[in-house]
Parts: sequence; structure tokens; C-alpha cells
Amino acid sequence: MTWHKFPLSTQLELLEKGETDSLSLTKALLERIKEKDPQIKAFIKVTEEEALKAAEEADRSRKEGEKRPLLGLPLAIKDNICTRGIPTTCASRILANFVPPFDATVITKLKAAGAVILGKTNLDEFAMGSSTENSAFFPTKNPWDFSRVPGGSSGGSAAAVAAGFCAGALGSDTGGSIRQPASFCGVVGLKPTYGRVSRYGLVAFASSLDQIGPITRTVKDAALLLQYLAGPDPKDSTSAPKEVPDYLSALKMDLRGKKIGLPKEYFGEGLEEEVRLKIEEALKVFKEELGLEIREISLPHTPYAVATYYIIAPAEASSNLARYDGVKYGLRVEAQDLIAMYKKTRSQGFGPEVKRRIMIGTYALSAGYYDAYYKKASQVRTLIVRDFMEAFKEVDFIVGPVAPSPAFKIGERVDDPLKMYLSDIYTISVNLAGIVGLSLPCGFSGQGLPIGIQIMGPHFSEPEVLALGHQFEEILKLYERYPEI
Amino acid sequence: MSITKEEVIHVAHLARLEFEEVELERFAEQLAEILSYVEKLGELDTSNVEPTYHALNLVNVFREDEVKGSLPTEEALSNAPEKENGFFVVPKVIK
Repeated sequence: MTWHKFPLSTQLELLEKGETDSLSLTKALLERIKEKDPQIKAFIKVTEEEALKAAEEADRSRKEGEKRPLLGLPLAIKDNICTRGIPTTCASRILANFVPPFDATVITKLKAAGAVILGKTNLDEFAMGSSTENSAFFPTKNPWDFSRVPGGSSGGSAAAVAAGFCAGALGSDTGGSIRQPASFCGVVGLKPTYGRVSRYGLVAFASSLDQIGPITRTVKDAALLLQYLAGPDPKDSTSAPKEVPDYLSALKMDLRGKKIGLPKEYFGEGLEEEVRLKIEEALKVFKEELGLEIREISLPHTPYAVATYYIIAPAEASSNLARYDGVKYGLRVEAQDLIAMYKKTRSQGFGPEVKRRIMIGTYALSAGYYDAYYKKASQVRTLIVRDFMEAFKEVDFIVGPVAPSPAFKIGERVDDPLKMYLSDIYTISVNLAGIVGLSLPCGFSGQGLPIGIQIMGPHFSEPEVLALGHQFEEILKLYERYPEI
Repeated sequence: MSITKEEVIHVAHLARLEFEEVELERFAEQLAEILSYVEKLGELDTSNVEPTYHALNLVNVFREDEVKGSLPTEEALSNAPEKENGFFVVPKVIK
């Protein structure tokens, strides 16, 4: 049976009908991981023993008549989300041996819903990067072309779903880290509204931007997972005190006559022609087959988004990462006094990109520079937020590319941090404004590389954004295409 | 925009990092390049713009002050590089 080709919703149906059980499904996926992951390297750790045990328990519960919503479904988890008793490394030497004594809220929720955890996936160290090359352990390969990156920072999760190691995974998105790898790997990635999903137990990078979300083969599956991830959490005071709507039943809503805005700033210089063409073809589908209206809009402060982000995110990171001091957990490098111990530990424990961001952030927050950098960037952030709020008075959705190009070659950008940062140009504004961003496949390049399209919507518009994505994917059915690995 | 080696050393100290000579030069160059790019924010007049520190305008969240379970000391210390009698151990601080 080609288990690896089934989306979550099909797996769930087969489990519910009794046509298979979780143990067979989990074993089949573990077998595939064993066979194919040595080439792709999506996983930092495969938790085989725990997965088999959880699958057996799921089967037992099902036999006893339990009706948990994700019962027996195998999923992978980005390795910056804490899992009790299972190492959570953030792909960093400084946390290489860290075993959390608690579960992140999303893990507690997934376990309660019956999910089976297959393992922890690779990422750019502390989620800082756009290619997964910044992992301190090893780079992950793109399943569509092993010479290319899977994107990042959730490159391991996106590659795992694309390779059929699992039909669903968790990622985190601070500036595009779910959406861009989803686009590069030809899968679906959702960055929910800031505060929609609890961040408790997500290792903090930039707290005002970080958000956990699903990476799946279909938009329908993203809706299915979000249903059980979303909701207020007493352990995260920034989680929104808002009820969770029924995302699955919203998928069928009538969208005819709704308006899509195309920001002209997202179609200018730097966008590769092939990507532009695929987006234009997709727009035709939205208009002619789904009956939406399309108009040009402007988000005038877009050219300032990358600069804004690369002050705010490093500033928050430099403060968040101060906790890695060789005292409470993680690496310690001995030295004669406390300050020397801090410096040695941090200098040996962090990789170059993490140090670079800590340095930028520390500089931007240091005496005499705070107003010029951090405050200035936070004011420009307000202008970027206003651009979106103005636009959403006129249109229901904003559509554009996810990244300027399909997946680039491994090693191509690793020595040029600014060029790497600029590849985040279409995704970071969504985090600055805290709105919804969905990335889904809209075609393939001449070289057979996946190209993604991004649907953005206002705060808490997940039902509408997912519905539009779902109705689009059901016309193109690109989820039926698999990489030959 | 340029950044001197001394500035890099100062910021590194604030961040509790240290760099070798070659790294210092590379960092000075890369930081200068990134900060020059960021200077484009100066093109915008933001004198009457309130800063945004958070995407949603959430207000304080209150709850009852109830006693609840917490991690046992042993588990909380389970990842500590050095511990003794329920405490974290650090190198000598007082000279």
C-alpha cells in the first residue's frame, strides 16, 4: 500500500473505517523514513520506539470506542517545539543534549487528540534562516532536487511532508519559516494569526512574530490540524482569548464575488518570470472558476519590510537568547570566572548566523542606538500594519508570490546574509502585521521545481483563507504530484 | 556606514560573545553591510507614528491566583550542567 501518498484526511478515513490501523500506518512510514531519509535528512531524531507505542495505544483506544479527532495519525514536529522526554535541540550545539521536562501546549493538544509523533525535524539553528543550511548538524535536501535547499527555517518539516515521511508536520513561522519551505517543497503551509496558536513550549526566537502552524499535503489537512492546535492557553498570555471556529466546515463557503487584492509591490523587480507566470495562471482560476474579483492594490511600505524585520527580529532574539548561559540547561564550557564561562559557552554553542543576529540585535538595542534602530523599526512596523488594514477595507484577500524564485541551490547564498534576508521579502510583512498567510502549490517551473502562491487575510480570517486555498487546490489537484525519490 | 573593530568587541561583550581576530573583521564588515541596508528606514518620516511592539492589541490577561502543581526540583534541574543540593552551581562570582 502506498501509505505515504495519502493525505491526513484519507488516513483518518481508513483508520475510522477499520481498513487499516495506526500501527501498520506508523510502521510503513517509519520504514520509508529508514529507507529514504539518509538522503534527504529531514529528521534530527526519529522517535521510533515512542511512535510504535503511541500507535499501539491509539489502536487500543479505537477498539475501545474512543473517538479522538486525530487518533492514530502520525505527525512530525519541528525541533524547536518542546517534547517531554525527547531531545529538543533547535538544531543548535548549545541545546544538543537538552531534554525538556515538559510538553509544548501544541504537543499536549496533539497527544490529547490522539496523534502519534514520528520524530523531530531539522531547521535552521533557532529557526534563523531561509534554507535549513544553518542547522548545526546537517543541511536538509529538497525532495524534488537533492542539489537544492528545502527552504527554511522549517525545511525539515516541509521536506518530510513532501517526501511522504508523514502527511502532516508542525513548523514555526517568524518571517516566513513555514510558508517559504512549503513553497520550495510543493506542500501547504499555514501561518495563523498571531496569538491563534499557543506559543508555550516553542523555543522563543522573536516573541512578537513567532507563530506555530501546520505543514501538510492539502489545505484541507491544514484546516484539520489547525482545528486542534488553535485556541487560548492560560500558559501563553499572548494567545488570543477567542473561540475556535469550525475550519473544516468553513472550507465549502461560497466565495463568489469576494475580492482579491494584488499588491503591485509584490510583482516588481526581483520576482522571477516563471513565478510571475504561475501566479497569473492561478489568478485566472480564482477569477474564472471560483468567481472572485481581482484588483490591483498598493502596500506602499513593502520596500521597508525587510529592513524593519531585520531590526525587530534580531532585537527580540538577542534578548530571548540571553537565557543560554551555561547554567540552567544546555552546553557549558568551563572557564575561571562567570563572565568568561558565559562567553566561552555562547561562542562555542551558537553558530555564525545566530551570533550575527544576536550582534545586530544587541547593537540595535544598545545605549545611544535604541531610538535610531529599534524604535524607528517599530514605528515603520506601524506603517506596514496600516497598509494592510487600509487594504483590507477594500479587499477580502491579498494574493502574491511566497518567494521570488523556486528553491535555490545548496551553498548558493550561504556566504551572503543580506541576499538570504532579501529572499524573505514577500513573507515577513505578514508576521509584522500578525495576519494570516497561507502558502500552497500553484505550479511547477520548467525544471520541475514547485512554485507556491500566498493567500493573505486579516486577523482571524483562517476560515476564509483556508476555504479559498481548498477550493483552489481542488481544481488543480497538485497534491497528487509526488517527487520521485 | 562602517563599524570599527572596537565597536564589534564592545557589542560582543554586551552580548557575552567573543570572536577571534579573523571573525572580528568579517563581523564588522557584515554588520556594516546589514546596518547600511537598514538605514533606508530613515527615508520615512515617523515623527508622529506610534511604535508597534505587538501585532494584536491585547490587554493584560488576569486570572485567579490559584495554587497549582509545578515541576519537581529534580526535573527542573535535570538539564543543568552542574548542580548540588537542589541548586544550580556556577563558577565563583565574588573575588
